[in-house]
Amino acid sequence: MTATVPTIDSPAALADSLRKVDYLADDRIAQVAFLADRLGKPILVEGPAGVGKTELAKSLARMWGRRLIRLQCYEGLDESKALYEWNYKKQLLRIQADHDKEWDELEDDIFSDEFLLARPLLEAIRSETPVVLLIDEIDRVEIETEALLLEVLSDFQVSIPELGTISASTRPFVVLTSNNTRELSEALKRRCLFLHISYPDPEREQQILLTRVPELPENLARQIARIVRSIRQMDLKKAPSVSESIDWARTLIALAVEHLDTEVVTDTLHVLLKYQSDIEKATAELTRR
Amino acid sequence: MTTPPAPITSLITAFVGELRAAGVPVSMVETIDAMRALEVIDIGDRAGLKATLAATLVKSERHLAAFDTAFEVFFATAPRRGEEGRGTPTGPAAEGGGSGGLGEDEIEDLRRSLLQSLLDNDMEALLDAIGEAVDLLSGFERGRPVGGTYYLYRTLRRLDVDQIETLLREVLSGREGELGELDRRLVDEEVAERIEQLRQAVQDEIRRRLVEDRGREAVARTLRRPLTEDVDLMHATRADLEALEDAIVPLTRKLAARLARRRRMLRRGRLDFRKTMRRSLATGGVPIDPQFRVQKPHRPEVFLLCDISGSMATFARFTLQFTYAMSTQFSKLRSFAFIDTVDEITEFFGPGTDFTDALARVAAEADVVHQDGHSDYGTSLAAFLERYGRDVTPRSTIIITGDARNNYRPPQDELLGEIAAKARAVYWLNPEPPSYWDTGDSVMSRYARWCEGVHEVRTLRQLEAFVEELSLPRSRPRGRSL
Repeated sequence: MTATVPTIDSPAALADSLRKVDYLADDRIAQVAFLADRLGKPILVEGPAGVGKTELAKSLARMWGRRLIRLQCYEGLDESKALYEWNYKKQLLRIQADHDKEWDELEDDIFSDEFLLARPLLEAIRSETPVVLLIDEIDRVEIETEALLLEVLSDFQVSIPELGTISASTRPFVVLTSNNTRELSEALKRRCLFLHISYPDPEREQQILLTRVPELPENLARQIARIVRSIRQMDLKKAPSVSESIDWARTLIALAVEHLDTEVVTDTLHVLLKYQSDIEKATAELTRR
Repeated sequence: MTTPPAPITSLITAFVGELRAAGVPVSMVETIDAMRALEVIDIGDRAGLKATLAATLVKSERHLAAFDTAFEVFFATAPRRGEEGRGTPTGPAAEGGGSGGLGEDEIEDLRRSLLQSLLDNDMEALLDAIGEAVDLLSGFERGRPVGGTYYLYRTLRRLDVDQIETLLREVLSGREGELGELDRRLVDEEVAERIEQLRQAVQDEIRRRLVEDRGREAVARTLRRPLTEDVDLMHATRADLEALEDAIVPLTRKLAARLARRRRMLRRGRLDFRKTMRRSLATGGVPIDPQFRVQKPHRPEVFLLCDISGSMATFARFTLQFTYAMSTQFSKLRSFAFIDTVDEITEFFGPGTDFTDALARVAAEADVVHQDGHSDYGTSLAAFLERYGRDVTPRSTIIITGDARNNYRPPQDELLGEIAAKARAVYWLNPEPPSYWDTGDSVMSRYARWCEGVHEVRTLRQLEAFVEELSLPRSRPRGRSL
């Protein structure tokens, strides 16, 4: 956990450092990440599943040598899971143990740090060393729950009625991801820098494949990237993601394939596509003519 | 905080003004963020500037296209001119649409350098060649009031892009060695992509010249396109339709959340005296905690009747898709398609079905044409009443979508009156603007008198507003009178 990273003074330098931890950022990604760091604002990353949104946060943490704190969102996520909770069992024990104490004294006692269970947001705020806070799939929580985040995102503080306001000693770098299954609230969007990541162009995808699957021959990587792009243009339920094209590359290596033709592609489509109807559609398209 | 130099500040302000005019919501805070961001980046790096402004000013993918257009105009680079063409427009020489004084040899040279730069993926060389091509071929005239597309097609036609495409395909096919089916497919896609790149670059160059000639604001105004939610469903392009499709699900989810919240607020009904008294016993008879009657959520039972004849098909499709995405808001949803007779299509949209497949099945299997395939609202209403009339109860809300253009056939609007008498309400969604109603073969007002409301719905935004109104009690305004 030592920060051995040279100071990053430009988006290009940031892209370079990210490359060293195996994340290939395009110019836009590097620019927005650089900006977020300089302005101390959260980034809201949106885009289809599997284009490396979560990976961006993880790689930034690796690059800076910071701890990654992750809040996975789901329907029904609430304050006690996202912010903090009082450890009431421990509080009860303390009350029993101190039964001869005055209430005022006792109250101060049981609503103290010792009895506070910090959940990811509070943990990120209280951390002594700077962290990367990843709030994953924010579009899954109800629109009302979003409000929980607003204080953390704009002021980097958490208000606890019994304790007062806890402000961040070091500013966490915040990344929120969304698959855009619903519109986020204006209040949330206003507080963030917005970054839309779509599927990479074939050149960048080829580079990504070569980075993640080093044993892949360059020629095959080029073919894979172009075929995946071609498949993404079809009208499918779920287009292949970057992680699926990486899986596909690994499969092809395992099968010792050197050159792709229609037969090999249709035989291994199930690695890329997850719906039977998509596989049928793609097979029909690829074998047409 | 130091303020950036004045010119850039006023440029950003004007730019934000243009974004707002194009319908992108940009708040004051976001404008300030953008200004602050400019202090920490290298403003000379144009791509970086673009990414910075996009990240601070635009917060939705749906608005990115409008942003791109405005950015290209407001932060346009100087046009590229070939050596001879520098500073002087090539007006008269290119009069009449022929190649004017230009020899076929020169055009051939141009074609070759364009092809080479496309093959090498050399953007600089490509832009130079395009600058020259626009100089020589577009016939650009200062102050001439024509749109950019005019110059674009003129340049492309005289350049003979098909020829470049053929050459490109030859070279790329040769590169790949022996070609399987798969390789051929990939080559085709690559050719299409490169040609699109060329077209785009020509368009960009022409826009730069227009900006230089007419100024940013004027050009930006002509390039404004409606946002996805405001695209006219009747005249949507293919790209628009794709964007619309992607926008539907997020929009419906946001709407559903809003409805749930408003319902919760509406749920508190009148004071429940009995319950309040009962509860007050715990506080020694003091009614400290008033209790209210709980209103049952209003979930209408919906019958959706869609005209799916040629001109109405796209509109019907989006109405169906939107309504099915909102189906949790209704206690029951049945759908019917009609042209000159009606058929129930509810079963095609069962849970988990692929929407596109379902539509294809509707087109192939639904029995909606008995005569000639032109809309006949009268016979369709008669068939609906005869076959499904007994299912319509005072709890049913009937929604009819169509332009009410009856091809001069008998409207039989009294049948709609019969349906309206059985139902809770009848709504009519018409994709034509009200000024078109009752013109030509439209018999809108004949039907309108039986309707609770007739709404002009031509965009996603209007559709959203209608569904919201439909799903809430008490906020039902009276129908529009004609």
